Amino acid sequence: MEIQQTAVAGTMESSDIMVTISPNDGKGMEIDLDSTVEKQYGKAIRKTIEDTLKELEICHARVRAVDKGALDCAIQARVKAAAYRASGEQAYRWGDAVK
Amino acid sequence: MRQLRRTMLFVPGNQPGMIKDAGIYDQDSIMFDLEDSVSVLEKDAARFLVYQALCSIDYGSKELVVRVNDPTTKCGIDDLEAIVRTQKAIIRLPKTENAQDVLVCQQEVERIEAENGIPAGSTKMMAAIESAAGVLNAKEIACSSKRLVGIALGAEDYVTDLKTRRSPDGIELLFGRSMILLAARAAGIDAIDTVYSDINNEEGFRQEVELIHQLGFDGKSIINPRQIKTVHEVYTPSQKDIQKALDIVDAIEEAHRKGSGVIALNGKMIDKPVVARAQRTLDLARAVGVLREGGEI
Repeated sequence: MEIQQTAVAGTMESSDIMVTISPNDGKGMEIDLDSTVEKQYGKAIRKTIEDTLKELEICHARVRAVDKGALDCAIQARVKAAAYRASGEQAYRWGDAVK
Repeated sequence: MRQLRRTMLFVPGNQPGMIKDAGIYDQDSIMFDLEDSVSVLEKDAARFLVYQALCSIDYGSKELVVRVNDPTTKCGIDDLEAIVRTQKAIIRLPKTENAQDVLVCQQEVERIEAENGIPAGSTKMMAAIESAAGVLNAKEIACSSKRLVGIALGAEDYVTDLKTRRSPDGIELLFGRSMILLAARAAGIDAIDTVYSDINNEEGFRQEVELIHQLGFDGKSIINPRQIKTVHEVYTPSQKDIQKALDIVDAIEEAHRKGSGVIALNGKMIDKPVVARAQRTLDLARAVGVLREGGEI
C-alpha cells in the first residue's frame, strides 16, 4: 500500500490515539510519538505502529501519533484507518479468521 | 445452560474508552454499534476499532453482538466482511422490514464464511425491527433464517414512523412489543426490548422493565451500565417463586413415580403449562446463579 496524501484517524479523548500519516518520499518510516505514557510504553507503542504499517506493506510514511493511553487494539485500528485513508484504498484487507 | 439475554449494553463503535471498559460490567451481552451512533465519515474507523477489539480483548463469557450498517450498501458489506471473519460476534441487522432483508444479509454472511473457511451457519444473527412495516412482518422476519437467535424492537425509529413519540407508560409501543414477542415465540427465538433513554429516571426505567418482563420479553437493550442492576433484579426469580417451582417439579416427579395421572399441589391442579413455567423459573434461577444444582436456593 502506498501513502498518497495526509490523513488522520482517532481523537484526543482518553484511551484513544490520534494518528496522522503523510507521504515520506522514499525515506522509510518516521514516527513522532507524543504519549501520556511515553516513559512506560513509548517503545511498545512505536513497535505497534511500525508492525501495523508493515502488515499493510507500507514502507515509507511519516507518522505523527498523539496517544492518550490507547490499548494496542485501538492503536492498530487507528493506524489502519489513517493508512487506508491516506492511500485512498477502499478494498479493505482483513486478517485471517481468528481462531 | 441457556444463553441469558437480560441486558444488552450498547457501545458506540468509535469510542475506544467504552470499548475497553465494556467487559467490566455484569451485563449478559455487549452490542458494539457501527450504525446510528457512528457518523458517516467515521464508519471505516469504527469498523477497524471494533474488529481489532474483537480480535484481541477477552470479554469472558459475555455474548458479543455487532450492529452493522445496511447490508445492501458497501458500508454494510464492509462491516460484514470484517465482523464475520472474527467469528466472535452475532450480526445484528438494523431496520429490518421483511424476511428478504434478513435473507440478503444471510447471503453475504454465507459468502464470507465460505471464502474464509468458516463453518457454514456458525455466524448467528439478530434482527432489529424499527418500523410499522417491520412490526407487521414480524413473524416472517422471525421465521426467515435459522441463524436468527432473536429479534429486537428499536423504538425510537418505530415511534417516529408511527407519527408519535414515546410516553411514560409506553402505550404507543404495546402493539409493536406484542407483535415482536409473539413472532419470537412462534419462531422459538428471543425477544429483546428497546432502550430506555432517560438514564436519570430510575423509577420510570424500573416500571418499563417490569412491564416488558410481564409481557414475556427475554431482556432489554440498555445504554448505560447503571441500568444493568435494575433489569437483573426484575429478571431474577424471587425465593418464593423458586420454592413454588421446586414444589411443582417435586410433585410431578412424585406423581410419575406413583403412576398417577392427575396431580394436585396445595389443592390446585398442576397441568403441563404450570410445569413448563416452573421449569423455566428453575432454569432461569440456575442460569443467574440463585439456585444451585441439587435445589439449594
